[in-house]
Amino acid sequence: MRDFISQRTHRIPPSGIRRFFDIVQEMDDVISLGVGEPDYSTPWVACEAGIASVEQGQTSYTSNSGLPELRTEASRYLTRRFGIDYHPEDEMIVTTGASEALDIAIRAVTDPGDEILIADPSYVSYSPGVMLSDGVPVLVPCRMEDEFRLTPEALMEKITPKTKAVICNFPNNPSGGVMSRADYRAIADVICDHDLLLISDEIYTEMTYDGEMTSAVQADGLRERTILINGFSKSYAMTGWRVAYLCAPKEICEAVLKIHQYVMLSAPTMSQYAAVGALRNADQDREEMVTEYQMRRNLFVRGLNRVGLTCHLPRGAFYAFPSIKDFGLTDVEFAERLLKEQHVAVVPGSVFGPSGEGHLRCAYAVSREDLREAVNRIEAFITSL
Amino acid sequence: MDAKDWLLLRILEEDSTQEVREVADLTDLSEAEVEDRVRALEAGGIIRGYSATVDWEKAGEGVAAATVNLKVHPERDAGYDRIAERISRFPQVCSLRLISGEYDFELRVTGRNIQEITRFVSEQIAPMEQIRETATILVMKTYKENGRILYDRKEGERLPFAF
Repeated sequence: MRDFISQRTHRIPPSGIRRFFDIVQEMDDVISLGVGEPDYSTPWVACEAGIASVEQGQTSYTSNSGLPELRTEASRYLTRRFGIDYHPEDEMIVTTGASEALDIAIRAVTDPGDEILIADPSYVSYSPGVMLSDGVPVLVPCRMEDEFRLTPEALMEKITPKTKAVICNFPNNPSGGVMSRADYRAIADVICDHDLLLISDEIYTEMTYDGEMTSAVQADGLRERTILINGFSKSYAMTGWRVAYLCAPKEICEAVLKIHQYVMLSAPTMSQYAAVGALRNADQDREEMVTEYQMRRNLFVRGLNRVGLTCHLPRGAFYAFPSIKDFGLTDVEFAERLLKEQHVAVVPGSVFGPSGEGHLRCAYAVSREDLREAVNRIEAFITSL
Repeated sequence: MDAKDWLLLRILEEDSTQEVREVADLTDLSEAEVEDRVRALEAGGIIRGYSATVDWEKAGEGVAAATVNLKVHPERDAGYDRIAERISRFPQVCSLRLISGEYDFELRVTGRNIQEITRFVSEQIAPMEQIRETATILVMKTYKENGRILYDRKEGERLPFAF
């Protein structure tokens, strides 16, 4: 039989941590810092809104672009929290999680051969997403010395006549890096000067701890050339509901909507109602969670530095990204031995791109008790080296 | 009171038995700063005490509780304060609040059994001259206390790895 799998699919690399998954399955006392999602349940007000919608028989499709009230609430939220304005009618689409938003955004703008710059290290779906459109992912390194921010110099270095767009994600998964308003202004000049599009994945913005929460769109000139992605999975602990949204100028939004209506039709209806509930009534829940994450970050990062694992202070998201370069092991070796010998699961930084090499992504969205124990086990591991 | 004090109160209200070092880590303060701030909060009467949240039903027989609502005649000059102070002196009364609505006071009363509570209300509280009316509401089961869930609840499960 011939090989039915497309060349395009063949080119996509397999998941970098399949092996770790298998090891974890064999153990029963693992502390997993490998989970990129909140450990909270969805705020109950949001669950009630979802449950009520089902009880009332709201089980049909919604409009392709999503429930009007959800788009309106999300638009108000963006104005309230960032001072930015999007028209709910023709500049917003409700998507099945930020993952779908990324997928359709990339597909809507990428022609074969287009170079798409990706701030590296990055969330694992960006490069495969670009490759599925026959685009060329080009990684732009973000360095620890710059607290993993995207700098205009790094961006400039990778721009060619084929460059079409930039994808970035701040606060960053996996590094915890954050962009200030000034940082965004600096890259905005480069993006505008070279007539590029920005796809900004801002799913972690609410988890900004040491300064003002920012959006790329606040920078002059970026609103008309940005596809902004935000959602509920992280800020409202709603990963399993699969609901997010995408904002873009009307012409781009129309193009993206064409793809969305064919591949998804509409986001899950009960999830959209739950998201309305979250935006209307879960501010306090969200603030409580963010405060707790910040405390856990302080606890965990101090602990890591105390036991001898150098860790810069991650200013956002819920990941610490310590360096293990002093130990003479690769990040994959370190992570695998840490898992086998001390039963602590982390993700090697290189899984997120070459700029993540020599780091470990540790998600601190776990209980304080587990964080304390994880630090103890990491200390035991380092001592044994 | 600043943001760090708020954070300290939040942490201690949730669990006051944590070690100073952990509290210092969580708040990004030094241990000495935490101790100084907690002492100041205690001295200022903002922290009034430390206690455990007990699931008495699980602990066994011998504890009953009720909410007792009271209508009272407020007194000239003293308003509700004097009668509130009198009622507060009974150790059976573990909380006392002035409330809006149909009743004036809401008491939380505990005793070894229902009879003890009803006897306490009818013999000690109801006869006070300022009391116009009492309504005793017995607690049958406690599901949540001081923000803590007291029933067994299955938590959601997460995959060991997710990006």
